[in-house]
Amino acid sequence: MALATTTRAGREGRRRRRDDTRLALAFILPATIGLVMFYFWPLLRGIYLSFTSWDLLSPVEFIGGDNYVRMVSDPVFWNAVRVTIQYVVINIGVQTVVALLLAVLMQRLSQSTLMRGLVLTPYLVSNVVAALVFLWILDFQLGIGNQLLEWIGLDRIGFFTTEAWAIPTIALVNVWRHMGYTALLIFAGLQTIPPTMYEAGRIDGASETRMFFGITLPLLRPILGLVLIVSVIGSFQVFDTVAVTTSGGPVDASRVLQVYIYDKAFAQFDFGYASALSVALLIILMVVTFLQYRITRAGQTDLS
Amino acid sequence: MTGMTATTGLDPVQDEVRTTPEPRRRPRPTVGKVVAWVVMIVLLLITLFPFYWMLRTALSSNSALYANATSLLPVDFSWGGFERVFGLQTTEEAIAQGGSGASIDFWLYLRNSVIVATVVTACQVFFSAMAAYAFSRLHWKGRNTVFSVFLLSLMVPVIFTLLPNFVLIRDLGLIDTLFGIMLPGLFMTPFAIFFLRQFFMNISTEVEEAALIDGASKVRVFFSLIIPMSVGPIATISILTYIGSWNDYFWPLMVSYTDESRVLTVALGNFNAQTPQTGPDWSGLMAATLVAALPMIALFLVFAKRIVNSIGFSGIK
Repeated sequence: MALATTTRAGREGRRRRRDDTRLALAFILPATIGLVMFYFWPLLRGIYLSFTSWDLLSPVEFIGGDNYVRMVSDPVFWNAVRVTIQYVVINIGVQTVVALLLAVLMQRLSQSTLMRGLVLTPYLVSNVVAALVFLWILDFQLGIGNQLLEWIGLDRIGFFTTEAWAIPTIALVNVWRHMGYTALLIFAGLQTIPPTMYEAGRIDGASETRMFFGITLPLLRPILGLVLIVSVIGSFQVFDTVAVTTSGGPVDASRVLQVYIYDKAFAQFDFGYASALSVALLIILMVVTFLQYRITRAGQTDLS
Repeated sequence: MTGMTATTGLDPVQDEVRTTPEPRRRPRPTVGKVVAWVVMIVLLLITLFPFYWMLRTALSSNSALYANATSLLPVDFSWGGFERVFGLQTTEEAIAQGGSGASIDFWLYLRNSVIVATVVTACQVFFSAMAAYAFSRLHWKGRNTVFSVFLLSLMVPVIFTLLPNFVLIRDLGLIDTLFGIMLPGLFMTPFAIFFLRQFFMNISTEVEEAALIDGASKVRVFFSLIIPMSVGPIATISILTYIGSWNDYFWPLMVSYTDESRVLTVALGNFNAQTPQTGPDWSGLMAATLVAALPMIALFLVFAKRIVNSIGFSGIK
């Protein structure tokens, strides 16, 4: 990509009579303001604030690495890390399997825009809407979900109110919102597999299952890898659904990192420590992305 | 599974007339296909049921919900939920029907959400298009270097910028204003620039050169050639930006404190927090979620094809 641009620009540049530098600078000015003010400056400032103690009112006080020392011995932080990872594993695990299933079903049964549109609907409403609907559907007393459980002879479950269920429930609510979107990404990936592969498989008498594991899955790997990287990064940043349904409770059972950061900053006005926690999340995200990229070899394709 | 061989499922999406060389036999429904459809329908039900349940609950009255939790139709039909949400009931009426009695006015929040999403979308897409034009069709030194600096910002998780951005908005005295909510999103997103640049690069240079020979300026070319020729992609990115901005919760939650700057998502969270814990105002809450969700669903009904088709690899790179 970058290469292609360079050569083309070079070729055209030679026969261009005008140099557009001034105009170009004017055209990128607004975007550059946005880039510096709201991406690069906050990045630096966030890292700086993580070495300070600050309650928003008194002057910022530089305290070196104290926040990080405190973080290492903060049980709530480690709990938040554990809970967040638990959330990500359930969320991504279920979401990927369901989305893959949906994508393959859509490809085999109906590729109509209507079908793809229906599947995508939950993605168009906000996390807050999704959270509230399921708060109601899964309500202990009146929720239709619990009524259903009772009706088939099971015990009611306090989905958002018991420690064991809070995280799995929230993870599944977000699966509901994102599975259609993920399915469409995978569906687009399926379209890149040449039909001849399946024809060859069929001539060899391979079954659908055989072809799924022998053709679809291996050839989908690079795309699946990209989808996973993007959705895992998103998953680690979970906040909205937790904030609306449990606000981190019961006790700390669903206090994911981002909720803990928000509490520290806006409930306890401990901006320095909250910033250090954010840096920790940033580092976790970088490590996870790097590992995933290596493991899934997302950059390479088997289709050549 | 012979039934599946007839439709390979790999033809282009729209299949009005499929010209297969051999005459197609009517696909016999096989066990596998029936199972596949059943699974598909179950997944669709899971996807769509919550929307129906919102509507059903919003049109029921709270007291009847307690008695008929499982009825599939609205119970004791009532507009009460919507009336509470739009502040049309007196405090006494609201409390009598299970509301909190707190004054809520979703017209105001709706207005705020419309303002925020519209202004953010218009500015962000326009400024991103300007930058994309400079990065794709203007010739200047350092173009590729600057572009890669812009791409670097894709590496900065937005979530990390929220706290420092809050501090900045506070320094600027914009806390609790709509402008404060909008400001960080006004200028660009790296994705929008990247997305539009792809399309701008593919527009042929011939038309552009003809215009330049006729004496049009490069600015003119941008406004009267490049933009009109890219209406499709610009519409797509605008719709996606609008939906994203409309649904955003975390950032406006940080910045807004009073009704003046409260957008729908934050108002919803607030409504939920205020509702009586012992007997939540479910009908009011579901009416409120519908008010927040319906504009996006309407947008989707109009632009379904464009939105659905926009989700592919451009969406994740």
